[in-house]
Amino acid sequence: MSTAVGNTIVSLPDQSTAQLPKRHYINNEYGLLSWLLTEDHKRIALLYLFSVTFFFFIGGAFAGLIRLELLTPQPDLVAADTYNKFFTMHGLIMIFLFLVPSIPGVMGNFLIPLMLGAKDLAFPKLNLLSWYVYMAGGTLTLAALVLGGVDTGWTFTAPLSTHYLNTHVITAAMAIFITGFSSILTGINFIVTIHRMRCPGMTWFRMPLFLWAHYAASLLMVLGTPVLAVTLVLVALERLFGIGVFDPAKGGDPLLFQHLFWFYSHPAVYIMILPGMGVISEVVSTFSRKRIFGYTAVAFSSVAIALFGFFVWEHHMFIMGVSSYSALVFSLLTMLVAVPSAIKIFNWAFTLQKGSITFETPMLYCFGFMGLFTIGGLTGVFLGSLGMDVHLTETYFVVAHFHFVMVGGGLMAFLAGIHFWWPKMTGRMYPETISKLAAVTTFIGFNLTFLPQFVLGYLGLPRRYAAYPPEFQVLNVLSTAGATVLGFGYMLPMLYLAWSLKYGAIAGSNPWQATGLEWQIASPPPTENFTEIPIMDHEVYDYEWLANKTKNEVTTVG
Amino acid sequence: MGLSPVLWQFLVNWLHNASLFPEEASTIAPYTDALYLCLVVMTIVGTTLVATLVVVFSARYRRERSPVATQIEGSTLLEATWTIIPLAIFLVAFVWGALLYFRIFNPPPNAMNIYIVGKQWMWKAEHPGGQHEINALHVPVGQPVQLTMISQDVFHSFSVPDFRIKREVIPGRYSTVWFEATKVGTYHLFCTQYCGTQHSGMVGWITVMSQEDYKTWLEQSTSGQSLAQNGERLYASMGCNSCHNGTAAARGPDLAGVYGSKLTLTDGRQILVDDAYLRDAILNPSAHVTAGYAPIMPTYQGQLSEDGLIDLVEFIKNMQSDYRVQQTLVTAASGESAPTTPPQAAGER
Repeated sequence: MSTAVGNTIVSLPDQSTAQLPKRHYINNEYGLLSWLLTEDHKRIALLYLFSVTFFFFIGGAFAGLIRLELLTPQPDLVAADTYNKFFTMHGLIMIFLFLVPSIPGVMGNFLIPLMLGAKDLAFPKLNLLSWYVYMAGGTLTLAALVLGGVDTGWTFTAPLSTHYLNTHVITAAMAIFITGFSSILTGINFIVTIHRMRCPGMTWFRMPLFLWAHYAASLLMVLGTPVLAVTLVLVALERLFGIGVFDPAKGGDPLLFQHLFWFYSHPAVYIMILPGMGVISEVVSTFSRKRIFGYTAVAFSSVAIALFGFFVWEHHMFIMGVSSYSALVFSLLTMLVAVPSAIKIFNWAFTLQKGSITFETPMLYCFGFMGLFTIGGLTGVFLGSLGMDVHLTETYFVVAHFHFVMVGGGLMAFLAGIHFWWPKMTGRMYPETISKLAAVTTFIGFNLTFLPQFVLGYLGLPRRYAAYPPEFQVLNVLSTAGATVLGFGYMLPMLYLAWSLKYGAIAGSNPWQATGLEWQIASPPPTENFTEIPIMDHEVYDYEWLANKTKNEVTTVG
Repeated sequence: MGLSPVLWQFLVNWLHNASLFPEEASTIAPYTDALYLCLVVMTIVGTTLVATLVVVFSARYRRERSPVATQIEGSTLLEATWTIIPLAIFLVAFVWGALLYFRIFNPPPNAMNIYIVGKQWMWKAEHPGGQHEINALHVPVGQPVQLTMISQDVFHSFSVPDFRIKREVIPGRYSTVWFEATKVGTYHLFCTQYCGTQHSGMVGWITVMSQEDYKTWLEQSTSGQSLAQNGERLYASMGCNSCHNGTAAARGPDLAGVYGSKLTLTDGRQILVDDAYLRDAILNPSAHVTAGYAPIMPTYQGQLSEDGLIDLVEFIKNMQSDYRVQQTLVTAASGESAPTTPPQAAGER
């Protein structure tokens, strides 16, 4: 190991002699059944990785089709009803089958036991079940697609979905209903694991911030998702039997649907972003060699986001004739929920101060996250501000805003995390140069795609339009051009990560010199994770502890 | 804004010509634009600040220059700073936005009323004088216009970007929005709430005309029957006048002058009679029984279209006396050739 100060912290074992460990979780057992019936959280994480990637590219294909159609003002690539099915599928797949399960399903499953110093999650069988439930929901979604599609929009708005569409609404609603249970099971598993399975010495305030973020997100999953389930069942019942909950002709209230739906779907935004924030904390700390600035504030801001997140749903309904006084309250609460996010951003920025910073790919994705999420968050303030919302809501401004948060935030964090823990998951490094290129490409492509949409939104272009007035074409062409770049940016990692499985450099146990417990064991980890139960005898993000430990190891070996 | 009006005009025109802003064609638009510009500045400053911090720290503390990190626990002062300053900025956005919201949704008392019915996939506008339009709306410049809107099927949303107004059009209840156009011209009307297959076809044009042109238009476009006249005919044909006729023996409350008054219902609620109340009382009478009357009125759910309801509401709104209602009653009674229904049978109905 060289100690010369370079521009990288990567320290790999000598490649001529290095080998992967003889026994690890991947080669411990062979055969399809050993994967399909596994209770190992690490293998389940890989199952999730394959499935969310699969769905991501299907959802991405629909995004591509949407952007292609919008190249011209007329609905000439596809007719309006097909276009409606495209954006519905794009939304359903990206939200329920990618963003919600991506980071918790892949990184949460893989890392929570490792970071806690545990052998597995609290309920391994439940964990496997959650993947099967997810796959059942995913398959049913694809069935709805193959059978002819569904055009409700991902929001299933009643009474449109209950009385006026003759597509596969019930199939899609049941698919999402089922997928929701996967999320609930994951949430319960994480909460119990974090409460009960921390290794000796691992107090709450010695937990990596990744765990705090997942804990907060899990609370949202467990408390919010059932409300979505109820809503979808009501939609199905109303459609099948006309029970009249949402139908005004039967004394129902269509606004009730909006309340119920957004009661889940706003917190869902935090389900998608909080785990991402957890990833960012780990990466920023590692590549600046510093404890996260204001650890406690960052930890509690996750919990604050989860708490406030439940009380802002009505900001989706400001123009729907809700009482002005309740609109005032919800607008105020919306402003409050923006504050913890601002705290996090500044704390990450100041973690860099006086650090010793290197710029490997995960860090580049992190910087991308910080820039894009800041824009996403601040444009959220526009929409939370009552009078401003009137002009902006239901336009492309909203589309741009939530893509900045969900894609610029959530997806960037996912990619940061995948690159960061790739050596731990597979034992091999990804190729650094091309992955940096991918990170930069994604950042540029993303901005080119979504910045024009803010302008389109202020000009008044409504969302979900298959055809639009010709004066909006220039900005739409720009956006489609950006989407093309973005598409390349997302294809690259899939290719080189697959390549690295065979040809990547052997990573060794701790290529980043990171402090987490997961880095102190072999890569890929053995099935039982830790040969002896670790003891957390130091603070989290303690780089001095790590330096001492490394020094002692060298002396003992020497 | 402390900006001089000339500078403001220059700025807004420039932004409009650069296709960054829609036209400012209503009294609301400048207020919305001012808030928007401030929020844009907030976003740019905020993002630049974060980007600067990241870039400067990255350059200053990169590994080559700073081989060993200095551990810092945190700083209560700094953290309080970046809690309180964003909170203060967001609160300003909240208060400003709330003031704008009330400006957008509180109509001035002299606003003229036009009814809008949304349905898959068209906008129907009904002027009180009986002018009907589809996917178009003609309004005079410099006159506040209030729209009373309802949907016949699913959620729609009435959006005029050049006026910076938008309001959800909801099935089963009236919603209102108002604007005062400031520039003659034609402006986009969009449905912004996804409403099914031809959602993007549910568009139209708002034509803002000078006061004189508008008068001419009104005269040339009338269907010959005002909404209230249509309503009067419905009132008679649906048999409303058999109970609501203001006579001493009437079984329903007198409706003359009821609009805008306060009613006490049998369940003790005090209710202000507005368009929405009248509509609800016709469709769901048993939940809206005026104190002192028996709950005998049948529901008219499914028997009246939203247009018919608007006609009725407009008629009741403008009903100052029962004179014409009673005349209709007398005419109807004297016109009957067959023997009349026995009184007790009528009582059972």
